[in-house]
Amino acid sequence: MEPLIQLTREPLDRDTLIAAVSHSSAGGIVVFEGVVRDNARGKQVRYLEYDTYEEMAIAQIRTIIQEAQQRWGVDRIAVAHRFGRLEIGEASVIIVVASPHRAEAFDACRYIIDTLKTTVPIWKKEVATNGEEWVEG
Amino acid sequence: MNIRIRYFASLREVVGQNEEQLTLPEGANVADMRTALLTRYPRLQPIMERCLCAVNRGYVTPETILHEGDELVFIPPMGGGRPLEVQLWNR
Repeated sequence: MEPLIQLTREPLDRDTLIAAVSHSSAGGIVVFEGVVRDNARGKQVRYLEYDTYEEMAIAQIRTIIQEAQQRWGVDRIAVAHRFGRLEIGEASVIIVVASPHRAEAFDACRYIIDTLKTTVPIWKKEVATNGEEWVEG
Repeated sequence: MNIRIRYFASLREVVGQNEEQLTLPEGANVADMRTALLTRYPRLQPIMERCLCAVNRGYVTPETILHEGDELVFIPPMGGGRPLEVQLWNR
């Protein structure tokens, strides 16, 4: 299938993403969901603000998915990332990989989230009780 | 030649706008624009030292020559840590 890529201000819909990659030939589905925490480096986080260079982010996500497809032979992948203001407990990113067997799905999912975090132009600002800052990893 | 610069995240907050058009002489590269921006916005210095750069939505090296109408973005570090630069622009 064509990979499903979403960048949106709206809440992410896990069930829709899972449905998009599900297939009778796929015996394993791995989901990674990144969720907004209420604390970071000793600070009490109130909410997060995500900014993105949208056109480039989509192109970079597409590249990462292609790399995962070539490396692990998995072709049913969905990646969704939210931007704008996110409250504690809301999902900021969801990655779903379906494949005939679980090992490839786990490996590909791990690769996608790790690479996404370092190469896709999406930035996170933590707004805490004692100030705010752009997180630089 | 005219170059479109777009600002995101911490750079946008320092510069106070989403984008602007700047003019550089023909043959100028990304590093030349970086120098021009630091003259224009000295407060960008600490962020710029940690930025990657992208032209027309792909990562490039600072030596990359710019062309009329290019879209240039300086990319501050993302939350997941600093990438290996060579990985980025060989893709």
